[in-house]
Amino acid sequence: MRLSKAWIIAAKDLRIFWRNKTVLRSVILFPLIVSIGLPLVVHFGGRQHGGISPSVLPRVLDAFSFFFIIGAAYLPTAIASYSLVGEKVEKSLEPLLATPITDGELLLGKSIAAFLPPIVAIYIGAGVFMALINQFTHQTLGYSYFPNWTMGIILLLVAPLSAILSVQASVIISARASDVRSAQLLGGLTILPFAAIYVASEIGSVSLNANNLFIISAVIVLVDVILFFTSTKTFQREEILTKWT
Amino acid sequence: MIDARNLTKKFDEVNAVEGLTFHIDEGEVFGFLGPNGAGKTTTVRMLCCLISKTGGEARIADYEVGNAADSLKIRKMIGLVPDNVGLYDKLSTFENLDFYGKLYECTEKLRKKNIEHFLKMLGLWEKKDVAAGTLSKGMKQKLAIARALIHEPKVLFMDEPTANLDPEASKAVRDFILELKKENRTIFLNTHNLDEAQRICDRIGILKTRLLTIGTPQQLKESLGGVKTEIQLVQVNDAIVSAVKKVTTHKVEISDNKLIIDVGNIDTAIPTIIEAIVSAGGRIQSVTEFTPTLEDVYLKTVK
Repeated sequence: MRLSKAWIIAAKDLRIFWRNKTVLRSVILFPLIVSIGLPLVVHFGGRQHGGISPSVLPRVLDAFSFFFIIGAAYLPTAIASYSLVGEKVEKSLEPLLATPITDGELLLGKSIAAFLPPIVAIYIGAGVFMALINQFTHQTLGYSYFPNWTMGIILLLVAPLSAILSVQASVIISARASDVRSAQLLGGLTILPFAAIYVASEIGSVSLNANNLFIISAVIVLVDVILFFTSTKTFQREEILTKWT
Repeated sequence: MIDARNLTKKFDEVNAVEGLTFHIDEGEVFGFLGPNGAGKTTTVRMLCCLISKTGGEARIADYEVGNAADSLKIRKMIGLVPDNVGLYDKLSTFENLDFYGKLYECTEKLRKKNIEHFLKMLGLWEKKDVAAGTLSKGMKQKLAIARALIHEPKVLFMDEPTANLDPEASKAVRDFILELKKENRTIFLNTHNLDEAQRICDRIGILKTRLLTIGTPQQLKESLGGVKTEIQLVQVNDAIVSAVKKVTTHKVEISDNKLIIDVGNIDTAIPTIIEAIVSAGGRIQSVTEFTPTLEDVYLKTVK
């Protein structure tokens, strides 16, 4: 496995992604809404009753932080679907596979290209989110809520793992999907387990503390490993050329 | 340069290619003719190490097709122009070639030199910064050829390179293949275009799952028996046919109301045959002399 080859493929995909306004918008929009919209909800929420109470605020902010995991689980599907099904639709896989690259290098390159932009967008969005939240809640709480351990675990562990899960799932879905839109729709289903955890946290069934985030991470690692083996098995040149079309 | 012995590919229980045996010399342009589904693309894909073979052996230069260790070496020394150009529409002409040059591990200097060389040779240099998606079909096909040549491969596989092109673009592509022939590259050409095969190829193989025949265009045409005479009659009947067979030892074929005869020496044989037909009550409409074309060979072989 030569990383340089994988990077050549990733760089090409990133360049194409940068020129595709639809995909670019879908990657930017979600972090933008979350990073600005949620702090505004916190700022203006419950104003007529004196704002959100300091005892409730940490739980609300932790739950909002979870949106960055949902984003990390969803956004890579936009690029991965375009990158894989797009090649299938444009019939560019055959000449690509005829070059001296291995299936692993191609898969890694595609995965890097699908992973990097959403993670960068999530990190920038999280930075803006944390700065705005600190600005709006410092007076109420008496301290800056972010950065904290929960957000650290979310951004450095759960979000990347969720993004990897999303990329692997997209590879498997791409093998069956015949167009980019259906691949994206099916890929979007990866957010369902994360959305369920979010709902559970909102109704108080699950607390999104550091311990529970570590448990969630361990489960995602397990799913990532299973999906990695499945996607590697799916992503073989003969399979791609004879069954992906 | 390319050797295949009993090369076979099965998809589930269906034979896509069966027992192919052929040898292609270095610098030779070899044409593969066959109807749709004959196994032409499958053969190219096997030789390019894109799909596995089910049986037999194949070698390109010193490397064995199907051997995992040799696959990367084979792919490094070959270029492929697939039947679908498969360009990246959002990348420019230059970027498409540069990307492939990098994958083939060409130095930046070589990439720049070859991109300029091939784009100028194919008349695309002015379009180097234009998105590939905006090019015409013919230009895209030329770009796909340049892409396959960016690393200066010894062997070039071309799958229907002129399909769906207008006559002008087809001619440009054919002329370019002839230029490549001068550079002593081995070219494996899949085509439906018999005229193209005849003009470009040193040898031709006709495939229909199995390799039905192989030879130079001239040898294939001669296999049908050289010059023939076609006599168009108002009506052919048994009396006329037996009268003709009495005066010639050559093969007489009947097609509609035509007699097709391999007459050998036309000057002496034709007057005798005509006399026999008239004596048997036949009414002749026309007498035409013709040489079998590659199309005749093809149709007769794949029938």
